[in-house]
Amino acid sequence: MAMSKPKVFEKPRGVKDYLPDLADKLRRIEWRMLDCMARWGYRQIITPTLEYYDTVGLASSTANERLFKLLDNKGTTLVLRSEMTAPIARVVASLLKDEALPLRLSHHSNVFRAIEEEAGREWEFFQTGVELVGDGSPEADAEVIALMASCLKAAGVRDFKIALGHIGVLNGVFSASLPDRPEQQQTLRECLLKRNYVGFRAALKGMDLSPEARTNLERILRLRGGREVCDEALAIVGDETSRTALAHLRDVWDALKAYGVGDTVMIDLTMIGNFTYYTGLIFEGYAADLGFPLCSGGRYDNLLAAFGRPAPATGFALETNRIVLVADDMPKDERRVLVLYRKPRREEALARAMALRRETETAVAVETVFMPDGETADVSGGEGQWVFRGRRYDDVLRFDE
Amino acid sequence: MAGTTAQAIRERLKVAIPKGRIYKKAAALFRDAGIPAPEDVDDSRKLLVTLQDAGMEIILAKPADVPTYVEYGAADIGVVGKDVLMEENRSVYELLDLGIARCRMSVIGLPDWKPAIHPRVATKYPNLASRYFREQGQQVEVIKLNGSIELAPLVGLADRIVDLVESGQTIRENGLVEMEHMFDITSRLIANRVSYRMKSDAIDDVCDRLQAAIDRRSAQQAERV
Repeated sequence: MAMSKPKVFEKPRGVKDYLPDLADKLRRIEWRMLDCMARWGYRQIITPTLEYYDTVGLASSTANERLFKLLDNKGTTLVLRSEMTAPIARVVASLLKDEALPLRLSHHSNVFRAIEEEAGREWEFFQTGVELVGDGSPEADAEVIALMASCLKAAGVRDFKIALGHIGVLNGVFSASLPDRPEQQQTLRECLLKRNYVGFRAALKGMDLSPEARTNLERILRLRGGREVCDEALAIVGDETSRTALAHLRDVWDALKAYGVGDTVMIDLTMIGNFTYYTGLIFEGYAADLGFPLCSGGRYDNLLAAFGRPAPATGFALETNRIVLVADDMPKDERRVLVLYRKPRREEALARAMALRRETETAVAVETVFMPDGETADVSGGEGQWVFRGRRYDDVLRFDE
Repeated sequence: MAGTTAQAIRERLKVAIPKGRIYKKAAALFRDAGIPAPEDVDDSRKLLVTLQDAGMEIILAKPADVPTYVEYGAADIGVVGKDVLMEENRSVYELLDLGIARCRMSVIGLPDWKPAIHPRVATKYPNLASRYFREQGQQVEVIKLNGSIELAPLVGLADRIVDLVESGQTIRENGLVEMEHMFDITSRLIANRVSYRMKSDAIDDVCDRLQAAIDRRSAQQAERV
């Protein structure tokens, strides 16, 4: 729709301002999560906001029409980064090419996606996450999932669930049930990707299948639950790909129990993710109070090869702008101090403020306010609850008499 | 957001059902499935109906808004026509074909229709219509109307329309003909992405009961035939 000239208070519709209270909470959550990642041995990496379309843009999991593209002064197409995995793959394959694998990297940045202009779907949002490059074992999958659970806990999210799936299970079942019929396999995958179970069942009806294969494919839609789902699935699938995937998934489940996060995970074999990008175990996290997932991740063993250093890899991203909506508030226990002064006692007042700011025992926020001659400082309230110009302070130090 | 009210609401399954044409049919199916949805709500101004024993809350919404309520998690599950689902293109689970409110989406025009130089199609479903004609390799101008779509070809606003056809009576009365049958339309049960996982037991239970009711109905129909 054509738009008239924006009014001065307006900003593009897909972006947001974070006012101090929300910004505080968001930064605290991010800090807690990054701290958690550091405790697991992940080191933070910073990559640029702009990347080339032909490298990171094409390699990323974001659909082409959702990338923000722009031209540099030579006419080369650039993208605003839409996620952090592809940029990190680029760095791991180039600047870090001599570093031994596995590499544990964390990241924290704003990312950009051109999505329909609607609430809850932003153009710019924040992601904090990790990539574990060079380890294809179930242990590595379990490590990042357990770390994701720890991050959610550290951020103050109560009552969350992480769903696990494995691309290999459906790939195996589809190839075994529909050999030499890649189009039909693709149709079924597309249905699952669009979460269209009605379409999946309708597509099955139109396919020439053995009664057994038909029943098995229909049963897949119900394969959700705990570890027993793997056993149920193992009973109905016979092909090697699926069985290997299920054994892997079961191994991850057991490792997650050992990490003590078994009660937060569930298995959903219909979860399919972006199947041109993910290659193995995939996962997604949810909280009871929000209609959108909080975080997601998975194994992407083919991406690094696109940058010239083939290596298995897995990782996740936490969407902090969603997490901030459901995380318990952890108010800062800082002491807010107001220092009021006039010119004659300036030296004394500012020296005191600086001394307070150096204090390390407790968190403090010290504001200094200069009072011009002829203006009286209107401080109201009392002990521990002072009010000045509409704002609250725990302490007021007066150098204005 | 946290606290006792959120806790209480969380345990109840919130079901969005459209008021109007679909409601009675959906409510009858729910009752067949043992979920006591009230027979008639159109006369009341109520927007929320609590079914204490079934642990459900019914949200009475405009048909086109049901996918939105469900996508945002304001409702856990919802009943919605496939026409709306195709038009709105929301990220929700489409779990069941409820087999109610059966009709079809069709391209309709005057009996003497000839390909226009600048083809125009009037519809309540602009996204669906644009996608359809694009897939057919036709570039058409889509005009969004809010009702009485049949008027458009009669007054020369468009040379064809895309609309739901139930019996075909309205079309015939206006001297129009069904040119192409695009899709079969029925109501679907949809679920929010997060609810589908967080409330999987409750949602699976509703699905099973509805599926059993649907199967009973088609068995009865088969007997009658």
